[in-house]
Amino acid sequence: MIVTRSLTKQFGPVLAVDHVDLDVRDGDRYGFLGPNGSGKTTLVRMLLGLVYATSGEIEVMGRPMPGRAAEVLPQIGALVEGPSAYGHLSGRANLALLDASGRAGSRRTRRARIAETLEQVGLAGIDNRPVKQYSLGMRQRLGLAAALLRTPHLLVLDEPTNGLDPQGIREIRDLLIELNKAGTTVFLSSHQLAEVDLLCTRVGVINRGRLVVQDDLEVLRGPTGRVMVRSPDVDRAAAVLDGRVERIEGDTLFVVAEDPAIINLRLIAAGVRVTEFTAERRSLEDLVLAVTGSGSDRVDDAGYSGGRPGRTGGDAGQPGSADGDAGQAEGGDLDDQG
Amino acid sequence: MIRVELVKLVRRPRSWVSLGLLCGLPVLVAVFVAVTHLAPPPGQGPALLSAVLSSGSLYPAAALAIVLPIFLPVAVAVVAGDSIAGEASSGMLRYLLARPVRRSRLLAAKLVALIVYVLVAVVLIAVTAYATGILLFGSQPVAVSSGGGFNVSSVAATSLSGGGLTPTDILIRTLGAIAFIGVSMLGVGAIALFLSTVTDSALGAALGALAALITSEVLVTLNSADAVSPYLPTRYWLAWVDFFRQPILWRNIDRGFAVQAVYVAVFLGAAWAHFATKDITS
Repeated sequence: MIVTRSLTKQFGPVLAVDHVDLDVRDGDRYGFLGPNGSGKTTLVRMLLGLVYATSGEIEVMGRPMPGRAAEVLPQIGALVEGPSAYGHLSGRANLALLDASGRAGSRRTRRARIAETLEQVGLAGIDNRPVKQYSLGMRQRLGLAAALLRTPHLLVLDEPTNGLDPQGIREIRDLLIELNKAGTTVFLSSHQLAEVDLLCTRVGVINRGRLVVQDDLEVLRGPTGRVMVRSPDVDRAAAVLDGRVERIEGDTLFVVAEDPAIINLRLIAAGVRVTEFTAERRSLEDLVLAVTGSGSDRVDDAGYSGGRPGRTGGDAGQPGSADGDAGQAEGGDLDDQG
Repeated sequence: MIRVELVKLVRRPRSWVSLGLLCGLPVLVAVFVAVTHLAPPPGQGPALLSAVLSSGSLYPAAALAIVLPIFLPVAVAVVAGDSIAGEASSGMLRYLLARPVRRSRLLAAKLVALIVYVLVAVVLIAVTAYATGILLFGSQPVAVSSGGGFNVSSVAATSLSGGGLTPTDILIRTLGAIAFIGVSMLGVGAIALFLSTVTDSALGAALGALAALITSEVLVTLNSADAVSPYLPTRYWLAWVDFFRQPILWRNIDRGFAVQAVYVAVFLGAAWAHFATKDITS
């Protein structure tokens, strides 16, 4: 769906996007993560032909961009850096103007299509108030409606749930999942990890212009080789699982185990009461924080930032996998003991 | 896309307010002159104004002379400066281009909307001024100056009269003046449109174009800048007054058209070249 090869963008002395090889597959719900100023928006703008690449290639739906933009863009619905509208016009008038722009949608069906998309995003009942009187959440929904107006094959969304309340966030998430099931590929750029965690099937992480991680979420969130056991009989549980307990916090034990089933079996065999038993998985947050530095909105003292690049650029891809290896090795060792 | 731009122009309150002001100022002047019967002496004040006391049918031309130095260029610069920069600052530019609207197409549509605005403004000023003129000054036949120089405002002076103008004559000459002023304003518009592709601030683009005009006006009056003055955008702005001489004095009118055509071509070319290759980061 989206493939970039060695995509690079330089703004003067600043390397905003640095040799990125993006690979978004057909039907993905792709979460594109990165701190503020990491190059997310620049990359999204390049995908849409708004910003021209310094070097590298972009292919969207198998066609080169921006060369074949006239064929590609009509199939893309986009929400980039927040919604926009003409403030003095109503929501409907805004959608009608947008629909009439460029390769216009059919005039005959315009009214019906606008009504349908407004229904989809939960704005079916809007009146003729000008957009400047809309709340942030309503504007966001209107922006989404504009993106959905042409029933796109690919949705490129930048922070689509910005300004929505929890209820609204869930509504939009459900809508996106529904659209995705109907065949729309969703490319979601965000810095809200929880949002991506709940919605996406595949994740790419960009940091300082470089793509540092790109994989299925399922793989990235693999087991840590640790089990969390909660029990009123902490001491007995600890005795039963002696040697595998990493640490104890109150009534919770963190146990190293390759196969959680064996731990469970031994606890039950010993008659230990268990109130909670969870095989721990790596959280997306840990992963992303491990491979990215702080965003460009944080400005440290020059003397201080000296050590930072080493933490981010060079060893960026490693922490995740290194963690996994370590976990497995430990699990293996202990299993031998048992 | 052109239709969309025209709809945007029409649905914008600002368009109507500016047109109202442009038409209102000449009406205000006419009321003062009609009440006091104190027209500026020939050669002073806005061109042709002294003549209108004898015939209201010349008032459209006088009205254009009233709004031409500041009001009209300001309105045109504001509309033209807003064309791309306004879309950029409202955030709509990225959505329009991602529709996709081809960049050259968007620019062309903006230009057409600008031309329509200029023509509507100039014609509307002329029409309201004609109505005002007839109403307040009557419509006697006009005697027209055949003299040279810039004392055309003395058209009504009997001693200089070179023959009467029929209403048809006045209509044709007024249309000529409208065309000339329209093209002159297009020159201003082209400068503002170019600046509008450079900056994301509509205000900046409009003020930039006005700064260019003021610079030009200053240099035109400066004797030591005579070498460049034939190429300045405002040098022939008032040449349309020559339409009201008998016979019409074509020399400066032709030059005025030529200079404006060059400005329009150069700045539209620059606007297109810059906009087509620009990274849209707004």
